[in-house]
Amino acid sequence: MTFSLRTCDRYHNLPCKVWTSFDNGSTSQCALVVVDLNLRMKEIASWALNVATMRGATYADARVVSQRSRALTTKNGKVGSASDAESVGMSVRVLADGAWGFAASEDLSRSGVETTAARAVEIALASARVKEQNVRLAPEKPVTTEWTTPHVIDPFSISVEQNIALLLKVDSEMRAVEGITLAETNLNFNREEQWFLSSEGSDIHQTKYSAGAGYTAFAFAGNEIQKRSYPNSYGGQWQNKGYELIDELKLVENARRIAEEAVALHHADQCPEGTFDIILDSSQLGLQIHESVGHPIELDRVLGMEANFAGTSFLTLDKLRTLRYGSEMVNVVADARQEHGPGLGTFGFDDEGVPAQCKPIITNGLFTGYLSSRETAHTIGENRSGGTLRAEGWNRLPMIRMTNISLLPGEKPLTLEQLVASTDHGILMQTNRSWSIDDRRYNFQFGCEIGWEIKQGKRVRMVKNPSYSGITTEFWNSLDAICSREEWTLWGTPNCGKGQPQQVMGTGHGAAPSRFRGIKVGSAYKGS
Amino acid sequence: MLTRDRAADIFDRIKKFSSADEVEVLFSGGRFALTRFANNIIHQNVEDENHIVSVRTVFGGRTARATTNRFDDESLRRVVESSEALARVQHPDPDLLPIPDSREAAGVADKKPTPVPSRYFAETAAITPQLRADAVKKIVEVAQKHRLTTAGIYSTAESVEGIFNSRGLSNWHTQTLAEVSITMLAGDSSGWQKSNSPDVNNLDPLRMAEIAAQKTLDSARPAEIPAGKYTVILEPSAALDIVGFMFWDYSGMAILDQRSFLTGRIGSQLFGENITIWDDVTHPLQTGSPFDGEGMRRLSLPLVENGVVKRVVYARATAERMKRSEQKDQIGPIEATGHGFSLPNEMGEMPLNIVFAAPQNPQTLDQMIASTERGVLVTRLWYIREVDPYEKIVTGMTRDGTFLVESGKVKQGIRNFRFNESLIHMLSNVEAMSVPLRSCGEESFDMVVPAMKIRDFNFTEVTKF
Repeated sequence: MTFSLRTCDRYHNLPCKVWTSFDNGSTSQCALVVVDLNLRMKEIASWALNVATMRGATYADARVVSQRSRALTTKNGKVGSASDAESVGMSVRVLADGAWGFAASEDLSRSGVETTAARAVEIALASARVKEQNVRLAPEKPVTTEWTTPHVIDPFSISVEQNIALLLKVDSEMRAVEGITLAETNLNFNREEQWFLSSEGSDIHQTKYSAGAGYTAFAFAGNEIQKRSYPNSYGGQWQNKGYELIDELKLVENARRIAEEAVALHHADQCPEGTFDIILDSSQLGLQIHESVGHPIELDRVLGMEANFAGTSFLTLDKLRTLRYGSEMVNVVADARQEHGPGLGTFGFDDEGVPAQCKPIITNGLFTGYLSSRETAHTIGENRSGGTLRAEGWNRLPMIRMTNISLLPGEKPLTLEQLVASTDHGILMQTNRSWSIDDRRYNFQFGCEIGWEIKQGKRVRMVKNPSYSGITTEFWNSLDAICSREEWTLWGTPNCGKGQPQQVMGTGHGAAPSRFRGIKVGSAYKGS
Repeated sequence: MLTRDRAADIFDRIKKFSSADEVEVLFSGGRFALTRFANNIIHQNVEDENHIVSVRTVFGGRTARATTNRFDDESLRRVVESSEALARVQHPDPDLLPIPDSREAAGVADKKPTPVPSRYFAETAAITPQLRADAVKKIVEVAQKHRLTTAGIYSTAESVEGIFNSRGLSNWHTQTLAEVSITMLAGDSSGWQKSNSPDVNNLDPLRMAEIAAQKTLDSARPAEIPAGKYTVILEPSAALDIVGFMFWDYSGMAILDQRSFLTGRIGSQLFGENITIWDDVTHPLQTGSPFDGEGMRRLSLPLVENGVVKRVVYARATAERMKRSEQKDQIGPIEATGHGFSLPNEMGEMPLNIVFAAPQNPQTLDQMIASTERGVLVTRLWYIREVDPYEKIVTGMTRDGTFLVESGKVKQGIRNFRFNESLIHMLSNVEAMSVPLRSCGEESFDMVVPAMKIRDFNFTEVTKF
């Protein structure tokens, strides 16, 4: 009997010394795989750290990452795309002569890793030619630990046939509604396993799972394209969970209603223009939080480090604990901890080895905190990073990213229907359709898929093309009601772009439907 | 860097591992380096090398794709197995065509292809971290000379793109790209410039730094003027960032899906007579590979002639579907044009090498300003998003250098505006254009596009700076 090494597709994406493939076609069990793989990955990382420090790095960290993803889509009754992808590589981040260098490679051979580490030091020394002072890192106690996203069902264990059958069922429900001209669905699963080692002695093995699902029904008629999406637009709902998320979303049960609403929008009146009280559903409010709280509190933006691309922030350092960001009811946290929920910003440790934390951002309306890193913490008088540095993958530099930036629910019991019932005249807006905000995060404009005019506590008519706009702090100060915990959802934004080269990151945003007084409505169609 | 010979060897191994009826393999990747600066220092400095192999297998009308960046035999065997496992459980797709052979991919014989100029420059590939740091240092010196702070990037890349299939097709493209983007900042103003080219010698970071600095100085103490309809002069980067939002719609699949603003409008006078737009990968100022996601040669096509939308682009399968559709006689020429995305996908195709035709009487930016009684000069647009998909209304902000023009002169900097503007309306109101240039922004892909002077541009709000 002979055997050969084969790649283990259950735990990692590398040739595994204990997965064996026998010439009779059978395979052995991967019983020792975790121990073996950890040793191998740590060895790779230690090669990098050794070379980096020998070449003069005063600090170094190495990340070895294995990523796996699956994407399935359907369109009008057919599978649109079906693809699997894996990517494995390592990166080295170093400080040498007081400046940063970063290099990454797919080559995990010893010579390849050592070349990459040496390159990182060479790059750092080049950076040092244009510096003013040495980079300072806030202290962080090294840890040796493991963390895995809590999940019930490994999403990759569910057959592709089952997934496609689900999507096609949703598709048929949507297209059963007369007037639907295009139906699109998607399912996405990701797994990322990372070994982080630092020259300070940290050794962190972390495995994260995420899942996403959603669909959109389009109706084209006359000179209009209308659409409705579920559970959210632009890819649906995403969380750091296993397949159990898909079961929870009740995708099929909502498909026909969503399609009917898309068609009905063609018969709805245009959303009126003017100043109104508005109620935002929790998904739209999640994006509002993302754009008008999450980005401006990123300390790298505040310090000008993103000025060329993503922009800066109106939250200059003098605003900390002095700016009235919102009304007394507004309490926002940045919470990456597991106990906050399965958001896309939930993890055990960030990508420079700092544990997940909960930081107050807005406390009873007062601006109280930024998102920080080991490099930036000292600029706000902190002696520890807030733990927000994350990278898109093995070949990208970690940077300050939103974790779960959530508006805490109202403390008094309040359902959406009760909130509507307490509104004299307003517009309820649901599900984002467009979003835009200036590069300091003052002026924003959002469009939604559907609106409902409220009069004397009742939804009196559907309105199409609703939009609203405003200035960030004026908007948050106009908030006068937040629904309570049972209406609160931790939404996932899987497509947050930032950095050069641009990185796409998932962020979480908890929100419950809320009411804002005296908001400008309808500017998006003004003058056109 | 992955070579064509090594890729061919990988493809041969993949073929041996596959039991599928047909196999197609895409290669992409390369080496990328970027030096990033802010607050007059280099604060990030990165380099990475990565290549992927992406395997599409076909079994009797069923297809799927799997991708890896591991090229050892076991990884290749596994990526083939993944692709085949995904493909086998699909429902047969009656619209899926056999993969093309090299003859079909090259195009019909009577359309002799214009060769694509070399887009690989050894001097660009040879740029080191030290050379990038030296260039950044000079940019910082310009900032310091003007008492400003600067932020930006200097990046270089060498990349490969290749496709091999089991019917003998093989295409390979190598390219370099150098890019510089510079923001200059003062207390209440900013200025910006960005440029890229396959040949690093075409970039002039010092000149860009001086222009960005001058914009910053000229826009200091910005005044607030009310929102409303203004004549605007969009510099080329601003023009490309906004018009780029319509090109997803120049797709046969988008028409079939009824998600294109061109649905029912092909052949109509949609824009002003001075607007003519080509997609032309062979243009000397363009970049990119001369083949599409199935290896088909990209044709050079007029999309808009004198304001009339003449045609859209097609992947192979989209063209066949369109030929069977009720719209086939109202849609212009229908043929595979070499603009398809890699299969399987749900979006079909789009033009990616946009070239605006030069106007009959091109004007310089200075001439446009001199002929403007009252208007707004825009350096850059930001965070553009679609508001209405059929009227093609888009919203966004001005940024990094917005000026009031009065009596033929740039009068002063002004606070930034939000716009909500229909691209149909905008391209019907173009009063003047410059000679088109290779331009790049942040919201859309690179194009050859002119500066544009446009009447009645719809600004709806003013921000705080």
